[in-house]
Amino acid sequence: MELRLENVCHAYGETEVLRDITLTVPRGRIVCIVGPSGCGKSTLLRMMGGLERPDRGEVLQVGAPPQGCLNPLTYVFQDFALLPWRSVEGNVALALEDHRTGRARQAEIISDVLSRTNLTEFARALPRQLSGGMKQRVAIARALAVNPAVMLLDEPLSALDAQTRALLMDDLVGLWTRAPFTAVYVTHNLAEAVRLGHQIVVLSRRPGQIREVVEIDAPLEARDNADPALEAKREHLWTLMRDEARAADAELSHV
Amino acid sequence: MSDPNTRPVPFRGGGFAPRPRRGIGLIVFIALIALAEIGTRTGWITALTLPRPSDVLATFGELWNSGLLFKHLQPSLTRLIVGATLGASVGISVGVLIALFSYIRAGLVPLVAALFPIPKIALLPLFVIWFGIDEGSKYALIAFGTFTPTVVATYGAVDNVDRGLIRMGQSFGLTWFSIVRKIVLPGAMPGILSGLRVSLAIAIILLVAAEMLGAEYGIGAYILEAGSLYDLERLFAGVVILSILGVLVSAGITRVEKRVLRWRG
Repeated sequence: MELRLENVCHAYGETEVLRDITLTVPRGRIVCIVGPSGCGKSTLLRMMGGLERPDRGEVLQVGAPPQGCLNPLTYVFQDFALLPWRSVEGNVALALEDHRTGRARQAEIISDVLSRTNLTEFARALPRQLSGGMKQRVAIARALAVNPAVMLLDEPLSALDAQTRALLMDDLVGLWTRAPFTAVYVTHNLAEAVRLGHQIVVLSRRPGQIREVVEIDAPLEARDNADPALEAKREHLWTLMRDEARAADAELSHV
Repeated sequence: MSDPNTRPVPFRGGGFAPRPRRGIGLIVFIALIALAEIGTRTGWITALTLPRPSDVLATFGELWNSGLLFKHLQPSLTRLIVGATLGASVGISVGVLIALFSYIRAGLVPLVAALFPIPKIALLPLFVIWFGIDEGSKYALIAFGTFTPTVVATYGAVDNVDRGLIRMGQSFGLTWFSIVRKIVLPGAMPGILSGLRVSLAIAIILLVAAEMLGAEYGIGAYILEAGSLYDLERLFAGVVILSILGVLVSAGITRVEKRVLRWRG
């Protein structure tokens, strides 16, 4: 299944946040969206998953979701959004309970996704007992459990410290190489975008417009932060973003 | 260290973090009762000012032995349980509805605000006409008195449920009913329970008020009778029963909180 955006525009009251966004998320690839803060990238992601309606333009899903997909458009949130009163397996179960998969099948799915995210031994732990990185792993496990057609990741690593971020980044790359999934990954961290994205969409400051789409062809598993080609891409992205970021920064202070 | 300009940085942190201290509450109780006992025995406190604690205890023993205690306690507890259950359950339901539906909120919040400050005891005559002089009016009074604080606590608690969690539920395609049952209600539980603590204390106050205004048996009737005869020992025995009832209700809620809110740690 593909996701296609056609001429999406949106405003909150007087404030125009997105202008004429046209974009395709191809199957089996990761599209990163980067941009200065307040450029509407999170709004765009909410529209892709049907949590918000654009004022104009359309968000279309092209083709049928794969067999066994329970929730085609599935989010991973920045603040994890785990229910504090449910254990790790309970949180994963939440996504499955409304789908009448049957008890045995549900237990099977849960144990499968927990083992894929190395959480098996924490199945009965409560969220408050877990570190931030672990919590985000649970959220990723929960997203994998419904076998999504497109994963929508909203700054999933932004609430974590640098070390945890690097570890989880490797986990994401590992998950993708074993079973490629389609994803939209919103971030303000260019290193993350370069490490994970097949396509990097650079948005301008508010109102958000597409400035450029950068393609990176190197396979995910072979990417290395020290690679000069990647470094050049990162540098290029930073040049694109620097002025926007500076202008956005100055603008926000007198809104 | 010999240098007079070198000294340890003065400690300025600490405090503002009360920790549980076991037994202190009990010691305060015992000290006050002992003071009253000694005062009344030495004549420092006259018998008219305060009854002797040992006499109150003796009265209490009499009450127990004669079986009169249960004759008074049984109808009181029934009224409390029926009235408070009614008021709290309707209150929680209405509170959730107010929190979830714009029209219900717009329609009922001003109504609840208008009902809240009315001293419910003032309405007892009205309830007697509506629900009869017997148990009906007492149930209604207690139910009504617990209803308003429960409503306010409940919709406040539901309003405070993390919107991010609800958004998450929607993003996984959970049904409306599932979101309410699995996300909204558990999330609101801490607020609902602390509201219930207040509501149930109010229920005990109204129970006594209702019984004072017209009941043959019940703790309120017992206290009223003792008061009109100026029998301080019996009056205090009745008051002690109420205090114990309050402590038991509060302890009960603490137990429920421990069980239901274990996830908060």
